[in-house]
Amino acid sequence: MQTDNVQPPVTNLPEAGAVSHSTQQDNPARDFARAFFRHRSAVIGSVLVLIFIILAILAPVITPYDYTEPSADALAAPSAEHWFGTDDLGRDIFTRIVYGSRISLWVGFISIAGSIVVGSLLGLLAGYYGKWQDTLISRLFDIMLAFPSILLAIAIVAMLGPGLNNALIAIAIINIPTFGRLMRSRVLSVKVEDFVLAARAIGMKNSRILWHHILPNCWTPIMVQGTLSFATAVIEVAALGFLGLGAQPPDPEWGTMLSDARDYLQLAPWTMVFPGVAIMITVLGFNLLGDGLRDIFDPRMKQ
Amino acid sequence: MLAYTARRLLMLIPVLLGMSLIVFAVVHAIPGDPAKTIAGDKATPEQLQEIRKNLGLDQPVYIQYFKYLQALLQGDLGTSLVNKTKISEEIGPFLAATAELSFVAIAIALFFGINLGILSTWRQNSWLDYGSMFIALIGVSIPIFWLGLMEQWLFAQELGWFPSNGRLDPRMEYEPITYFYIIDALLFGDMAMLGDVLKHILLPAIALGTIPMAIIARMTRSSMLEVMRSDYVRTARAKGISEFLVIYKHTLKNAMIPILTVVGLQLGLLLGGAVLTETIFSWPGVGRYIYDAINSRDYPVIQSGILVLAFIFVMINLIVDLLYAWIDPRIQYGKE
Amino acid sequence: MKKRLWLVSLIAIFIFSSVLVGCVEKKSAGTGKNDKTLIYGRGEDAKLLDPSLVTDGESTKVTDQIFDNLVEYADGSTDVVPSLAESWEASEDAKVWTFKLRKDVKFHDGTPFNAEAVVFNFERWADKNHPQHKGGDFPYYAYMFGGYKGDPGHKIKSVTAVDEFTVKFELTSPQAPFLQNLAMSAFGIASPTAVKKDPIAFTRNPVGSGPFKLKEWKKNDTITLVKNENFWRKGEPKLDKVIFKVIPDNSARFTALKSGDVDIIDGLNPTDVAPAEKDSKLQVFKQVGMNVGYLAFNTEKKPFDNPKVRQAFNHAVNKEALIKNFYSGLAKPAINPMPEFMLGYNKNVKDYEFDLDKAKQLLAEAGYADGLEVEFFAMTAPRPYMPDGKKIAEYIQADLAKIGVKAKIVTHDWQIYLDKTGKGEHQMALFGWNGDNGDPDNFLYVLLDKDNTRMPDAANIALYKNDELHDLLIKAQELSDEKQRAELYMKAQEIIKRDAPWVPIAHATVPYAAKKEVIGFKTHPTTELSLEKVDFAQ
Repeated sequence: MQTDNVQPPVTNLPEAGAVSHSTQQDNPARDFARAFFRHRSAVIGSVLVLIFIILAILAPVITPYDYTEPSADALAAPSAEHWFGTDDLGRDIFTRIVYGSRISLWVGFISIAGSIVVGSLLGLLAGYYGKWQDTLISRLFDIMLAFPSILLAIAIVAMLGPGLNNALIAIAIINIPTFGRLMRSRVLSVKVEDFVLAARAIGMKNSRILWHHILPNCWTPIMVQGTLSFATAVIEVAALGFLGLGAQPPDPEWGTMLSDARDYLQLAPWTMVFPGVAIMITVLGFNLLGDGLRDIFDPRMKQ
Repeated sequence: MLAYTARRLLMLIPVLLGMSLIVFAVVHAIPGDPAKTIAGDKATPEQLQEIRKNLGLDQPVYIQYFKYLQALLQGDLGTSLVNKTKISEEIGPFLAATAELSFVAIAIALFFGINLGILSTWRQNSWLDYGSMFIALIGVSIPIFWLGLMEQWLFAQELGWFPSNGRLDPRMEYEPITYFYIIDALLFGDMAMLGDVLKHILLPAIALGTIPMAIIARMTRSSMLEVMRSDYVRTARAKGISEFLVIYKHTLKNAMIPILTVVGLQLGLLLGGAVLTETIFSWPGVGRYIYDAINSRDYPVIQSGILVLAFIFVMINLIVDLLYAWIDPRIQYGKE
Repeated sequence: MKKRLWLVSLIAIFIFSSVLVGCVEKKSAGTGKNDKTLIYGRGEDAKLLDPSLVTDGESTKVTDQIFDNLVEYADGSTDVVPSLAESWEASEDAKVWTFKLRKDVKFHDGTPFNAEAVVFNFERWADKNHPQHKGGDFPYYAYMFGGYKGDPGHKIKSVTAVDEFTVKFELTSPQAPFLQNLAMSAFGIASPTAVKKDPIAFTRNPVGSGPFKLKEWKKNDTITLVKNENFWRKGEPKLDKVIFKVIPDNSARFTALKSGDVDIIDGLNPTDVAPAEKDSKLQVFKQVGMNVGYLAFNTEKKPFDNPKVRQAFNHAVNKEALIKNFYSGLAKPAINPMPEFMLGYNKNVKDYEFDLDKAKQLLAEAGYADGLEVEFFAMTAPRPYMPDGKKIAEYIQADLAKIGVKAKIVTHDWQIYLDKTGKGEHQMALFGWNGDNGDPDNFLYVLLDKDNTRMPDAANIALYKNDELHDLLIKAQELSDEKQRAELYMKAQEIIKRDAPWVPIAHATVPYAAKKEVIGFKTHPTTELSLEKVDFAQ
């Protein structure tokens, strides 16, 4: 970590987190935007992510069908009428995928937001106070990371009962240590920066230092990791759905659709193909975006 | 070095203790009644009460925990509630099945990952680079259970090239020695069996190896690029050594350390994360063993199974760290 | 650094090769190529191989091959025919039963089979203080014979060896399905020598007198049985070896059959039946099931405490469509709680027809003209009587929406499902039953009598309590005249229909598929599996 940044960075702006560049420009936002649009994978990633957000929001406008109502036209092959075919209850698969994007995006967002809040808080405590708090929290993270995460998630869902919200909680829990550790290491490096030492020297309260000086300088890697973890969360919720532990019928969750489709693999492969592709593209979008953001914020990685 | 190892080992104790507590708490918070699993749908309330008593499930939870811990410290992993077998006696073959699958998956991942990474560094910023990295990106983005199903559909069902499930054609009966079927086949010198085992392992190993493959490819690329900028590679190039040698001999070897770290980490993850792959390919591994135990509320199996996996994960990490420190003495044995 | 890397690799190679050298001791690999081996693909592994301890069908599929009972079911029905007992007679009051045993039977370990062996087995199951009453709780014994020795309801007063090959049972009161009970998988006669040696180890190394003996058990993977050369029924079994192979997913199992990895499978998806029938290399066996899949209302909770609401829901379930879509037509719509071929089935009971208008009207009469909201429990695990509970629930949910009922589907894995329904936490729940001894009592009393509403383990999950019904069912238990029993059960079905504690949905046909060259395979209504006559063509 470079420590040549002497000016106390501005708070609250996203670009303020970029402690590691010493920017000379007046407008860091414009700088960020320029870097962002020059970065190919960031652009592609954000386009993919945007498409899915738009699908999620505009679902009722995009498709004329209902995602729950069974029809007589079961297991119909893809056609002009049903682009992706229909499932075993005769429901339009395209419609279900479009509505399914709502579930995936929602679960991804809430669960990752949850693990960011809890993880950051723990990481902040551990990193800033050190001592026994650090030992306790760090060991807790060690323990959590050592568990096979999917089994832990399955056990948590078994404990809480299957359902989308409980799957979401399980995913949030298993992602906590990732953010906690990240936050901790970030805090450890920021807290020896001059501006923090200066704030301490003038007798500023711990809470104020934490909120106003340290936290704002830790956001960038958290946001980057958040984007990448979003991708993982989408896969995790699909995996739990596939095992029957996630979304409940008739919710069109992608993993649940895959597990339903499994029985019809011989008769109707399209029931299997499209939900999988939807998961893959969404995850790809978030991965590209996350990679792009990391490259931009951490120029050492940029080639 | 010795002190470092000792300290790392000491640090394991609270971690393992904490793990046992968390696992125990989670497992016992799972609703459902193991007595019902044992007695079945047709049991009478009296029978169920009797079973609960016999299993010690009517005691306070903290007493159950201390009893569990006490047994654990004596090396007793407990006895399955469902089939009354000692877990330490039956978990071995499941672990071996998962380990074999994970090793093969990692081998595949290493081969393709490193070569993809090299391909992209070799012609940096060319379509080869983008192509390789795109494959790597797909690799981390694809849901592996879906990939497994697709493989099964295409290669097992439509083309019939590979079997869709299991470790070995059941007609090929044999007495396992190591429970690593590949090793056993080699020990017997039985090529037909080896072929059959490899055919069975290929599809699930590819599915399982996809994510590590992608991660290794990206890791290889970035660490190779770093090494390539170093002085001695420039010198080597300047001396006119062939590009092939520069890449495979001078650069790759130095780029290997971070790659090996990734491999260690991924191996640990695979050992515990193969539930879905094992389910899809009917692989009799430890992931499914625990998953089935969760479904039948077989508390001791869930507890000890997860603990064993976590223990292996921690040990692999420790070994990787120690090796790392030993191979590259520049790394300090200091605090974290 | 370079040196160290080398050293590490060297050490690794050294360790690996020393492990190899240490192990090389070749044992028999491969196998006689001319052996007739049947591979049976199924969804789950056995739990234990002592049939008296288990309740799951996957275990008894295997133990049926290893053990014999005193009597067994005839092909295709639950009539009882001789097995280890050659003949039997009952006393006038049906309380004393005397069995003459076969004299030419030996257990797999060479122990001769005789009256003492029978007495030993029954005492082991019945007596909690018996030294070998271990390894589990013998649930079926208690269930079928009213508890254990000393319990007030225990039916078997004594089992005694009259001479070496004669056994006498004394009952406390007559039991109509006594012989049927003896034929159940759970009461396979085990070798006393083997049990006495170690009753716990016996659960993994069973010793019976049946057509096959256990060779090897690879958990969660395969169980290998080999021919019992000294089987008492001459000329059987035809096969040299049977391997039970676990393939959890239904479609993957079917794929394995098509690609020849296995020879016969059960748990075929209904949707795969038609493709299997069309396949010239395969054959399909369909067994009319002794089962029922139903939707139970919790009659103690609002709104289902009102029979009008239950009747309304009965009118809103389209059984024909459910059977067409989710059973692929492989089921009969259920009108009564038990299938048609059983004793005392009432053909005159009229079903509530599918009629949404009528349903709506009944709801309005019950005071729910503006609709209502309910929780709807559905199981995720495929059951033989209900291949896809979740989908069935979704379909019913859509029809209910049309009569103004908003049903929220709740799923749980099977263990929790049993737990929650047993405690009556549901409002309405999909459920089902596999009959196991072919007696109507096994359906009507178990599933709908007030005796079985005790929580937390209610088998009557509708919590339906009707004293009139209770009197009929208890009376039928103690009669031995079939005609009189049939009349009582007919009356019972009328009462049940009127009160509508359930929507009986379907009696599912149980499909099996096998390669064409498999011959001699017969299915059985109890889904007991018998492989001794199975062979390969040519």
